[in-house]
Amino acid sequence: MIEISRISKSFGGKEILSDISATFEKGKTNLIIGSSGTGKSVLLKCIVGLLRPDTGDVLYDGRNFTNSDKEIQTDIRREMGMLFQGSALFDSMTVEQNVMFPLNILTKMKSDEKLDRVNFCLERVGLENVNKLMPSEISGGMKKRVGIARSIVNKPNYLFCDEPNSGLDPQTSILIDDLIKEITVENDITTVVVTHDMNSVMEIGDKVMFMYKGKKLWEGSNQNITDTDVKELNDFVFANRMMQQIK
Amino acid sequence: MQNFGKFLIFIGQLFVRRETFVTYVRLTLNECINVGYNSLFIVSIVSLFMGAVTTIQTAFNLVSPLIPAPVISLVVRDMTILELAPTIIAIIYAGKVGSNIAGELGTMRITEQIDALEVMGINAASYLVLPKIIASVLMYPMLVVLSGFLTIWGGYVTSLLTGVMTGTDYIIGIRMEFIPFNVAFALIKAVVFAFLIAAISAFKGFYTSGGALEVGQSSTAAVVSSCIAVLLADYLLAQLLLG
Repeated sequence: MIEISRISKSFGGKEILSDISATFEKGKTNLIIGSSGTGKSVLLKCIVGLLRPDTGDVLYDGRNFTNSDKEIQTDIRREMGMLFQGSALFDSMTVEQNVMFPLNILTKMKSDEKLDRVNFCLERVGLENVNKLMPSEISGGMKKRVGIARSIVNKPNYLFCDEPNSGLDPQTSILIDDLIKEITVENDITTVVVTHDMNSVMEIGDKVMFMYKGKKLWEGSNQNITDTDVKELNDFVFANRMMQQIK
Repeated sequence: MQNFGKFLIFIGQLFVRRETFVTYVRLTLNECINVGYNSLFIVSIVSLFMGAVTTIQTAFNLVSPLIPAPVISLVVRDMTILELAPTIIAIIYAGKVGSNIAGELGTMRITEQIDALEVMGINAASYLVLPKIIASVLMYPMLVVLSGFLTIWGGYVTSLLTGVMTGTDYIIGIRMEFIPFNVAFALIKAVVFAFLIAAISAFKGFYTSGGALEVGQSSTAAVVSSCIAVLLADYLLAQLLLG
């Protein structure tokens, strides 16, 4: 479980996050949604420690991450996996080397054990016979899947996904969403997904937090997101004509 | 001053939360190929022509019958060891290796590859930059030695081809009044320049923000800043060690 408490962050005097508190539960896909520019990615970066919040704390299963020394932060980070918006695969490495990278650096596993684990993870995300390909030789959807394989190879307790569906076609998006959901349940991990894709919300949103202009406006699940009277959330959920007609 | 302080903090970061020794050995060997072996061609070409041009120009300026011919190669030798090999090649090195380091790290930054390392609990600065600096400090002095030999040899070949002096006079000249400390001085300069070029270029690349345009700007800034730092260090070292 991840708890964030009263997180605020400003850049150059402009407040991007304002006093945000939330709990992300274990074994569930926790979604942070909102329009572009509402501070979702900044919040995610504060949670994983890529940015330091001006105020507030982030607790990983009760362990204070934000205000701990670097050693403790490193220990907690080694329990994290993250899928980046652009996949962030290392250009100079093959798919296999990319997925194996966390094992090479963070574990003392033997070569054959590492290879078995890499092949298992690639198979798990539906990729076979791509081990020796370079990231430049695979499609965007495959890169995302390699990114997921790399983020789960070290058996993380916490999985973070930043816009996992951006730039993907609807079918591949659903595939990625399903994969995130399955991995979360299978491994009983805490997953936090930042997205503005309503399909993802409806498919995998066990717990949903809606952000608007740097503030948390609503919290609930995909079951009750359409029944709210928060105007900003309704505007977001029913932004497209099809959703308006369904409403 | 703010940038200089940030640079010092960046250098400090390289030595904390390091990975295993074996990891650094492997990365450093790869970087040695990148910064050293891959620079051989350009360093060789520049050195040969530098030697050729220096010999012709020195001969052109020393036309007095009172000045013996071997003085030409003596001048070429001392210019090469003291300045041409360590400093001019440093400018070339900054253009090739410095821009490469800044471009590579800048691209890694904007494509979130550096963030990916940080999230894994790896000290990205140390993991990515320290091997580049170590490789640079190891390989650049070797490039300077090679450059010195090729520049002097280029001068020798030119003197034979153009007839500005005889081969025997050239050899007499390069053995005349030799001061061994000059070689040590050149190597000290090489180590300092190698560190400055790799560290400044890495700093510029590591803190790139934005997109492709900013990566290009970081590469340019890396070369410009490295060249200025090299020239400044050149003056300071000359004043300290020869003054």
